[in-house]
Amino acid sequence: MANAGPPPNSILPSLEAVQLTKTYGSFTAVSGLNLKVEGKKCVGFLGPNGAGKTTTMKMFTGLISPTAGSARIGGVDVTKDKKAALASCATLIETPEIYPSLTPREALSMLCEIRGVAAGERRKRIDEALGKVKMTEWDDKKVGSFSKGMKQRVNVASTLLSDPEVIILDEPSTGLDPRGMSEVRDIVKSLSDRLVFMSSHLLAEVTEVCQEVAMIDHGKLLVYDTIENVTAKFAGGGGSVEIGFVKDVDAQTQAMVAKINGVKEVARSNDKHLVVRFDAGTISQEKLFEGVAGLKAGAISFQHSSGLEDAYLSLIKETL
Amino acid sequence: MGTKAGATQVGSLSQVVTVTKYNFLNYFRARRFYVMLAVILLISVLLTALVGYYRPVAFLGLPGTPASQAVLGFYGAAWGGTGGFLSFSSLVVILSAAFFGGDAISGEFQNRTGYFLVPNPIRRSAIYVGKWFAALVASTIILVVFAVIVMGNGLFYFPGAVPWEFEQSLLFAWVYLVAALSLTFAFSSLFKSSSISILMSVILLLFVFGVVDDVSMFVAGIEPWYSITYGAGIISSILVSPYPQHEVTESLGAAFGRSRTSANPHFVISTYTASVPEGLEILVAYFAVTAALGLWLFVKKEFTS
Ligand SMILES: Nc1ncnc2c1ncn2[C@@H]1O[C@H](COP(=O)(O)OP(=O)(O)OP(=O)(O)O)[C@@H](O)[C@H]1O
Ligand SMILES: [Mg+2]
Repeated sequence: MANAGPPPNSILPSLEAVQLTKTYGSFTAVSGLNLKVEGKKCVGFLGPNGAGKTTTMKMFTGLISPTAGSARIGGVDVTKDKKAALASCATLIETPEIYPSLTPREALSMLCEIRGVAAGERRKRIDEALGKVKMTEWDDKKVGSFSKGMKQRVNVASTLLSDPEVIILDEPSTGLDPRGMSEVRDIVKSLSDRLVFMSSHLLAEVTEVCQEVAMIDHGKLLVYDTIENVTAKFAGGGGSVEIGFVKDVDAQTQAMVAKINGVKEVARSNDKHLVVRFDAGTISQEKLFEGVAGLKAGAISFQHSSGLEDAYLSLIKETL
Repeated sequence: MGTKAGATQVGSLSQVVTVTKYNFLNYFRARRFYVMLAVILLISVLLTALVGYYRPVAFLGLPGTPASQAVLGFYGAAWGGTGGFLSFSSLVVILSAAFFGGDAISGEFQNRTGYFLVPNPIRRSAIYVGKWFAALVASTIILVVFAVIVMGNGLFYFPGAVPWEFEQSLLFAWVYLVAALSLTFAFSSLFKSSSISILMSVILLLFVFGVVDDVSMFVAGIEPWYSITYGAGIISSILVSPYPQHEVTESLGAAFGRSRTSANPHFVISTYTASVPEGLEILVAYFAVTAALGLWLFVKKEFTS
């Protein structure tokens, strides 16, 4: 068979949507999307339910074909040559199911064979991948009896087998327990020498693991930039922090915090925590921290809340 | 050649082998395979017990029939469905084709297993062909098990050799299986629901084509050359000695059938029998057309929820 390989000019891993469009009857799920992500980094793909994230990713993986435009991986159009386009791209779209009477080891072996992992390497790769998702103990049990989260762990493992340059992840932590989510975060962080394109609703996760974000709504791209730029531009210029106290916060403490110069709003998020919104123009986070400490009111923790969330909420006003 | 790590492509042929291997493993371990095996064994046990206890004339021949004649009668009744019997071999072929092929593709959509397999550097056609071979291997095992049991019985009552007609009949049954599996795969590409595609396969092969054959012959007076079950008739015809004539026309006094000409209004019905080459042609044509159709449908089909 023809071994086309990647085109010679693709030095950096890349994903590119060119006027990418998908319509279902009269409904447009993805509308003329133009987006090029390139380089070794993690890009978060954000947007409300029904925005068209999964639809876009399905077009990148050949699960559906575009109504118009093209989806390219490493410069190769997926519709024209899916096999070449996905040669160095691993994917996890929605929550796949595995043939129920296969074991994780067998299912992953199948993918290793399809993806051309050398026979001598397969065992090691599968062991490593299963180890990363903490499924080693289950490697020879039939997948059919697994819980949703256990299956998703195997799905995550399936993206780690062939040393891909590009990884497309559609809400990879769906169905995982808190530890599982944190493990997936660590896995994605460890993939920093590749291009990871990941959709997620967990903004804390995205802030932690991604350097850039692309936001879409109603099938249209709203913004694509680094997280810092997006936050600076769209988070309303302000910031917010959550402050934890040793004992229950009383009204007096709350009033004192509110009087610190530059503080716009103080609210109790629970008995021992205050959420403070401040005006970044008149006060820096550092000054605020000093001010709160200076009150000697028993503050013990100080956590910056996600600017990404503020940016998201200001960009995406009404959903659906 | 891929220059970067992990970018080497695997040949489609070896991907077909991979898909076949793991799909067969999945079939072989699933309950369905054993249910099918149990059905075959049940039919076999009933057949064996029936023949052993009642020693029916239809199976063992009238006393005095030369053994060379009677042995064909046995295989005809137990396997081929001659003499008005249900063709057990066809039943086995249809059930296996429906069981292993009826949801092969629709299951990838309905059970979401396609989301694991399809978004990989593999052509959809390689997945289709690989799955088809896996289903063929699984259903061939079922067919062979049944054939062996029939042969065991045959050799018990008619020791010596298995007649060449049965060997051919077995081969034709396998060709029928190939065509039927192609047809059921096409159905499974057409529908998104597994149960509907299995049900449609069974209904079509078990009843609809049979009715179409009869209506075509008896009412319209046309040879049903376009029907897969008509082509599969060679499985039983080969067990009849001498081989049945291509067309047999009987005149009937009753108001049944069709009038040959309006000037000469007496009623006739025609019975057609496909010759071996014609039957094989029909089966191969079914295989080719439905394989192309099913493949085309699968390649175009969208993974939408
Ligand atoms: N087969 C289909 N027929 C009609 N509309 C569809 C079909 N598939 C998806 N859609 C529509 O396309 C839109 C985009 O869906 P998509 O699954 O891409 O959203 P998403 O951004 O992934 O949302 P979520 O965050 O909920 O996963 C939705 O409005 C959905 O209703
Ligand atoms: Mg989605």
